[in-house]
Amino acid sequence: MDLFIPLFVVVPLGGAFLIAIIGSFSRGFGRYFTSIIFAFLTGLCIYFVFRIQGPLVYRVGGWELFEKIPIAIYMVIDGLSLYLLLIINLIGFLSAFYSISYIKKFTAESHYYTLFCLMTAGMNGVVMSGDLFNIYVFLEIAAIASYALVAFEIEKEHLEASFKYQVLGGVSSLFILLSIGFLYWQTSTLNIADVSRMIAVGGKGELVVFSQVILLAGFGLKAAMIPFHAWLPDAHSSAPSPISSMLSGVLIKAIGAYVILRLFFNMFAITHSVAMVITVIGTLSMVVGVLLAIGQWDIKRLLAYHSISQMGYVVLGVGIGMLVLARNGDRAVATLAIAGGLFHLFNHAVFKGLLFLNAGAVEYETGIRDMKKLGGLAAKMPVTTSTSLSASMSISGIPPFNGFFSKLIIIIAAIQAQYYVLSILAVFVSIITLASFLKVQRFTFFNKTGGEWERRGITVREVPFSMCFSMIVLAILCFLLSALIVPSVRDVLLTPAVDVLVRAGEYTTAVLGY
Amino acid sequence: MKGMTIIVKKVTEIICGVIFLYGIYIIVHGHLTPGGGFAGGTIIAGSFILLVLAFGSEFLALKKEETGSSILESSAILIFIVIAALGMLMGGVGIFFVNFLPKGTIGQLISAGVIPLFNIAVGMEVAAALLTIFLALLIYRDEVLK
Amino acid sequence: MIIYILTVFLFLIGLYGVIAKRNLIKIVIGIALMEYSVNLFLILIGYVRGGTAPILTEGLGQKVFVDPLPQAMVLTAIVIGLATTALLLAIAIRIYKKYGTFDIREIKNLKG
Repeated sequence: MDLFIPLFVVVPLGGAFLIAIIGSFSRGFGRYFTSIIFAFLTGLCIYFVFRIQGPLVYRVGGWELFEKIPIAIYMVIDGLSLYLLLIINLIGFLSAFYSISYIKKFTAESHYYTLFCLMTAGMNGVVMSGDLFNIYVFLEIAAIASYALVAFEIEKEHLEASFKYQVLGGVSSLFILLSIGFLYWQTSTLNIADVSRMIAVGGKGELVVFSQVILLAGFGLKAAMIPFHAWLPDAHSSAPSPISSMLSGVLIKAIGAYVILRLFFNMFAITHSVAMVITVIGTLSMVVGVLLAIGQWDIKRLLAYHSISQMGYVVLGVGIGMLVLARNGDRAVATLAIAGGLFHLFNHAVFKGLLFLNAGAVEYETGIRDMKKLGGLAAKMPVTTSTSLSASMSISGIPPFNGFFSKLIIIIAAIQAQYYVLSILAVFVSIITLASFLKVQRFTFFNKTGGEWERRGITVREVPFSMCFSMIVLAILCFLLSALIVPSVRDVLLTPAVDVLVRAGEYTTAVLGY
Repeated sequence: MKGMTIIVKKVTEIICGVIFLYGIYIIVHGHLTPGGGFAGGTIIAGSFILLVLAFGSEFLALKKEETGSSILESSAILIFIVIAALGMLMGGVGIFFVNFLPKGTIGQLISAGVIPLFNIAVGMEVAAALLTIFLALLIYRDEVLK
Repeated sequence: MIIYILTVFLFLIGLYGVIAKRNLIKIVIGIALMEYSVNLFLILIGYVRGGTAPILTEGLGQKVFVDPLPQAMVLTAIVIGLATTALLLAIAIRIYKKYGTFDIREIKNLKG
């Protein structure tokens, strides 16, 4: 059982370099091999979901505790890590399968698949790591691979977007390294469980608060929260479409929101001021993101701005839970809020991934991304239209799709915790999201008068099978994921993840064993 | 890109072999003296880059060199992963990255288990990677920017 | 104490370079300067008064060593810095080919 834990990192890493070697001789090797790797990883995740009872701890190299001090690099799979591993590998598999047809038109195919596998190896490493500096190393692997992938079509806009992304991402990574340095100075250890123990014993120094602030700035930029969002619209709209769905659906969660959750619940003690800052950032992202998305006419840029808004929902839910825990309020309310936030995390990965894949399908067939020039595609592309309709209803929060349930849980939790302003803002943002997606659906698919593409004489057919398959599977998942509120399904997947965060102090004893 | 003057060419002929040997010394003695895989790999890459800079890029088939060093880099990483995974079979029961060769006495050249092998793999990888970056930028400048 | 303040001051100089300069290459140099300052800071943390290099050789006796863990961290951070700088420069040279200039006031195709 423990044998399989390093496989999540080793298999994509080895596969990436194998594709690099064999891909310089044969072009098509990378396509199918990547999908096989991801199918294997998803199967491994599902095996772990049904088999493990408690947290699994793995010490790299087999170094045991030395006089009760952890000296090895730890890899920990508990409920929260497993939840995110499932999201990463599932969306990765569907994006890799979609890329089989989409990336055929580029000449540097094998480089694309190498970078794709490297990015996933980095993300898997971040969510499994139990060690502060290991998080930084895997975060950099994933981030550098994503910088190169954003600039994959080497045209003017893509290069500019990638450069902007790199400069901002590089500065935030240096902030994170500086804060790891400050934490090491205070506690002389890098293991997350050991740091939390040393901070609890040593009291609050000013350096710990300072490193908390710098960590929020660094990881806030990775998670695209509002004062730090400037890179996201350019980067996510310039990447090739399967990479956009990976970036927006998985990367900002695995290296942004997950690390904030892990460090601020399980490592630092929960304080009122930090919880207030996180909630305010979440609310601002939610509101400002959707207001900036109203005036957009480029499909992918509009979807990127909506990503900021929906990530604001996730951070808002988690922030409300943190506020309730900080003032020692009702545990059930905190559990509800955090469960809503984590459920919305999974939902957003699914429906935003599907929306970006749809935008990619439209661009693949017509070559146009401006919504004013599209229209009337519903008759020619039935699969794309129906899956896009299902994803739009999910993101706007229409029952019985999954978005409705997760937003409802967050709003109910906000009312129960007596933050009425936040619940009104959440409903307001949801209404504006609905308006925005009605606009997308009408102008892209249902406009009767037809668009520029007809005048240009482009023949539009349905997209190839591999792209259809991914879109149909994601649309079915949009529908099936509402089953996560049924208690028997919820206890398998969602409750272990929420328990890790609500019972925040138990992480240390579970990892160290004493 | 043109080469440099004849003084630079003569001195480079003599000294680039010495630099290469020095890089190998730093890699192999990584567990005894400061340095190790990364520092030694950089020095080896430096000796190759010095050759290309001194003699000019006209009489080398740079595209083939770049493909070769790119494949060498990927294979060095695969060797690293294979050695680390071998620990699962030979060392303790199913532990990744374990040190499974005999450790020997402190201060000898052949000691410390698997660490010199890792150093050599990392050194090869870093040298090949730096050479690939340099050659890729040089090829772009020669063929596209002119 | 004054050493750590000077290191953070170097970090701020690099940050000024990233924020206020107009040439792409100067922005890259600013990021490189920030990396060097963080690496320097990490090594300075591990200093123990009167310590020697943390390597076991024969005939050593009981000695005081400096902390080896930040040195391992900094080796890795230097490699990551190398990869970041290499990718930044590769993209910068291609921007020069497409736009014809290094000035960031001219490179503004993406708006809104």
